[in-house]
Amino acid sequence: MSLINSIPEMVITTKLDEVLNWTRKSSVWYMLFGLACCAIELMQTGGPRADLERFGAAPRATPRQSDMMIIAGTLTLKMALRTKVLYDQMPDPKYVISMGSCSNCGGLFQLAYSVCDGVDKVIPVDVYVPGCPPRPEALTEGLLKLQEKMMQERWLVKGSSAQAAA
Amino acid sequence: MSPTEIHQRLQDQHGDAITAFEADALDPFVLIKSDSIVEVCRFLHDDPDLAFDCLTNMSGVDFLKEDYIQVVLHLYSYTHRHAIVVKANVSREEPSMPSVEAVWKAANWLEREIYDLLGVVFTGHSDLRRLLMPEDWVGHPLRKDFVEPEEYHGISTRRESLLK
Repeated sequence: MSLINSIPEMVITTKLDEVLNWTRKSSVWYMLFGLACCAIELMQTGGPRADLERFGAAPRATPRQSDMMIIAGTLTLKMALRTKVLYDQMPDPKYVISMGSCSNCGGLFQLAYSVCDGVDKVIPVDVYVPGCPPRPEALTEGLLKLQEKMMQERWLVKGSSAQAAA
Repeated sequence: MSPTEIHQRLQDQHGDAITAFEADALDPFVLIKSDSIVEVCRFLHDDPDLAFDCLTNMSGVDFLKEDYIQVVLHLYSYTHRHAIVVKANVSREEPSMPSVEAVWKAANWLEREIYDLLGVVFTGHSDLRRLLMPEDWVGHPLRKDFVEPEEYHGISTRRESLLK
């Protein structure tokens, strides 16, 4: 009788990478952080109708406990430096969703003297969510895309794509 | 009081400070010398017949061709329900005028904003720092001849058009 047959039926065998990724993607805590009108949609996404928490994403009030940062709104040059500090304070592995036209490319305000046109000039971005502002459904889609990306990561194998990304 | 009556009252008390009056404008205004703004505003605020207790708005305009910066004060009296606009011109080279913060506390942030965006120095202001722009920003963005810097702390302010 082989080992595999002696395991009860309720046990699933999988790869360690997949378990790690599955646990990680199922508790993406995002930082409670909004910059402009997109933050209103971000609040709606956390609300009862869109309910981001059913995907394991709960807001945290400090970068030290956050896995993900949602850049929701117009990023000014003044805020860009502070956003970089907040990003640096988050523990690895960390992810960034750029929400809305403003944080994607500066959007409506990209020609203004005070606006950083694109958050990707300051910190690396994993998922871009288009829209002005994106509806809660769009942000939920963004989170699902991020979870897809997280499931692709490989942590145990050296020189993997995950390390290249980090 | 109508704007004309307000102007007349000002003219009686501070006639030498007033340089122009426009009654037909959408917001009738009095143009005064910037050096005497505190005395005029103090009078507008304290006089029981005028009693301008509310500084609704304070802003600045850069007139590049005419070579001056205009500071505009929108005043309102809740006591008498009348309004007037007070304007004062300062030079673009050395823009400086007395602060009216002692008259209306609300002027504190409004003057900081004008200092931030236009570079007008308000003498006697208790805390004249930039209000909106970063502390280490160079230049005053609402000046008509302001040139946007190429980068700020390594963040480029230029972006290639995605349509090219």
